[in-house]
Amino acid sequence: MNFTQSFRLAIKSLVTSKMRALLTMLGIIIGVAAVIIITSLGNGMQNYMNRQFEQLGANLIQVQIFGRGGGSSRSVEPEDMYALVEKYPQYLSGVTPYVSAPAKVRHGSDEFKRTSIYGVGESFFNSKGQTMNGETLAQGRFVKYIDVERYQNVCVIGSYLNREAFGNNGLGQTLSIGGAPFTVVGVLEESGDSAEGSADDKVYLPYTSALRLSNMADASFYLFTSTSRETASAAKGIVENRLFQTFQSSDYYMVMTSAEMMDAMDSMLNTLMMILTLIAAISLLVGGIGIMNIMLVSVTERTREIGIRKSLGAKGKDIRSQFVIEAGTTSAIGGSIGIVLGIIMANVLTNVIAVVLGTGNDGFVAVPTLDGIAVAFGVSVAIGVLFGYLPANKAARLNPIDALRYD
Amino acid sequence: MEHLIELKDVYKIYQMGEETVHALDGVTLTIDQGEFVAIVGSSGSGKSTAMNIIGCLDVPTSGSYHLGGIDVSTMEDDQQAEIRNKMLGFIFQQYNLIPKLNVLENVELPLLYAGLSAGERKERALRSLERVGLRDKWRNLPSQLSGGQQQRVSIARALAGEPSVILADEPTGALDSRTGREVLSFLKKLHREGDTVVLITHDNSIAVKADRIVRLQDGRIVYDGDSSDPQAVVQPHDDESEIEDDTFGGEAVGV
Repeated sequence: MNFTQSFRLAIKSLVTSKMRALLTMLGIIIGVAAVIIITSLGNGMQNYMNRQFEQLGANLIQVQIFGRGGGSSRSVEPEDMYALVEKYPQYLSGVTPYVSAPAKVRHGSDEFKRTSIYGVGESFFNSKGQTMNGETLAQGRFVKYIDVERYQNVCVIGSYLNREAFGNNGLGQTLSIGGAPFTVVGVLEESGDSAEGSADDKVYLPYTSALRLSNMADASFYLFTSTSRETASAAKGIVENRLFQTFQSSDYYMVMTSAEMMDAMDSMLNTLMMILTLIAAISLLVGGIGIMNIMLVSVTERTREIGIRKSLGAKGKDIRSQFVIEAGTTSAIGGSIGIVLGIIMANVLTNVIAVVLGTGNDGFVAVPTLDGIAVAFGVSVAIGVLFGYLPANKAARLNPIDALRYD
Repeated sequence: MEHLIELKDVYKIYQMGEETVHALDGVTLTIDQGEFVAIVGSSGSGKSTAMNIIGCLDVPTSGSYHLGGIDVSTMEDDQQAEIRNKMLGFIFQQYNLIPKLNVLENVELPLLYAGLSAGERKERALRSLERVGLRDKWRNLPSQLSGGQQQRVSIARALAGEPSVILADEPTGALDSRTGREVLSFLKKLHREGDTVVLITHDNSIAVKADRIVRLQDGRIVYDGDSSDPQAVVQPHDDESEIEDDTFGGEAVGV
C-alpha cells in the first residue's frame, strides 16, 4: 500500500543528509565490496588455474617415485613404464620420464644460472605438436626416439636462451650443459614473458642424457597421458598396480591425475574463499548494526511524525513497514554501491596482477560471479530489514498522544 | 435519535506516583451530527483528556463512549487507528504537517492509510485543497507556506478523509489574531456546510464562535449550553481551583 511512499521517503532522507547516509551505509558498502572482490579473485583464480590445467591436458597423469632407498633393488625403469603403455593401449596413450637435471648451462663466457633442465622422452611431444607442458615449437624439431636411444647430446631450448645466448639464432648452435656440448635442434615458442627464470628459460634433453648428466640410474618422475579424460582414473589404477607390484607398498610412489589435482586445488581454493568471505561478512554484520543505530536515532527524531501518522489512522504495522522499508532501502543502496565498488576494484586488481605476474591480458582475470552479486545484494537487503526491525517495532509501539506532544 | 458522540459517565483516572488524579470525573456528554461545539476550560480542567478520548487517541478508565453508534471505549490500538482514519479529522495547534512531504502528500496521508489507490488519493486530496483555497500550492513544502496557509493545509488534510467529526485542538493558538479569525470563520463555514466541528480551547473569545459551549473544570462539566448565554463565558470562581490546577498540571502533559 504505502511501499512507494516509504521507498521515496527513504530516498529523500538519504539525499537530504548525504554525509549521514554515507556513514550509515559505509559498513554495508565495505562488506559487500569485500565479498565481491574476494569472490571475483577466487573465481578468477579458479578460471586461471583451470585454463592452465586444460593447457597441460586433463588426461595427464603424474607419477613420482620416492623409491625404497638404502640400496634396495626394488626399482622401476623407464622400460617398465613403456611396457605398461604397450600393454594397455586402450587406457594409456604415452609416457615419458621427466628428469630434472641439476647442471650448469653455459655458452661461451655466459652462464645461465636459473635455467631449468629437463630430460624427456619422445612421447613428451605429442601428435598435436605440443609438449605435455603445453609448449609448441618455433623452429627445428623435438627430441626423438633415436636421440634417447643413443644418448644424443641434442637439446631444445626456450625462447629466453635463444635470445640471450644466440641472439635469436640458436638453431644448430652448441650449448654447454654440465660441461658437455649439446647441439640445439629446436627452439620453443614463447610461452611466458621470456624473462630469466621464467617458463621460457629452459632446456629439454633426451632423458638418457639427462640421467647421465645427473648421475642417476632411473627417473623418479614420469608423465603418462591417458587416452581420454574419462579413462584417466582407470589409467591411474593401472600405473598404481604396476608400481605396487614392484614396491609392495604405496608409500614409495605417488600417482596423481590432472583432474584430481584440479579438484584438489579447487577445493583448497574454495575453502580459502569461504574463510575470506566469512571475514568480509563480519563487516556486513557491523554495517547492519550501524543501520540499526541510525534507525533508532531516526525513530526518536521523528517521534512527532509517527504521532501525526498514527493520529491520521496509521496502524502499528503501517509504521513498522515504513521504517523496515526505509532500513531495507538504505542497505540496498549501500549494497549496490558496494557491488559497483567491488567490481571496479576487481578490475583494478586484475590489471595490477597482470602487471605483477606479467601474464598479459589472457592471464588472470578477476571476474565477479552473477551468483556472488545476487547473494551480496540479497544479504545486504536482508541485513537492513533484519536490523531495521527493532527500531521499526519501537516506532510502531509509540503512544500517539505522547508522540504528538514530543518536540 | 442516535447521537454522533455519546459519552456516558466517563472517568479517566491516572496514577501519578502516590496520587490518584481524576482527569475526567464522570463526564456525560452528547454531540449531534452537524453541531459546532466548543469544549472550554483552563489548563488542568480535563479538556485535553476529553479531546484525546473523543479523538480515539485514548480510552476511558470507566464509562462508555459511542462514536456514530459504535462503542469505541474498549478498542485495541489498531481498531482505534481505523476509527480515527474513517471518522475523525484532526486539526492541531502546531499544524502537525510532515515537513518532508509536500502539501499534496500531507493531505493524502489519511487516504493512504485508508488504502485508496494513488489516483483516487490525488483526486480527493486536490478537491480538499480546493475547499481551503490552496489547490495551486500542492507542490509546495509546508515550510514554504505561511502559518495560516499551513493551518489551512491541515484543515484540508482533516477534510480529505470525509470524517464524521472535525476535532480542532486550539487551532488558532499558534496564529496571529487576524489569521486566527480567518481559520475560525473557515471552521464556521464548514459547520454551515453540514460538518460536525468540535473545538477545544482555553480561550472564551474563541469559544463563543461555536454554537454551543461545554465548560470543563476539574474533570467535570460545569456548563453546557448555548454560547450566547452570558453564563457560558463566566469563569467559575472556586477558591480551591488554583490549588487543584497545580495538582492537575501534570494531566495536561499526559502520562
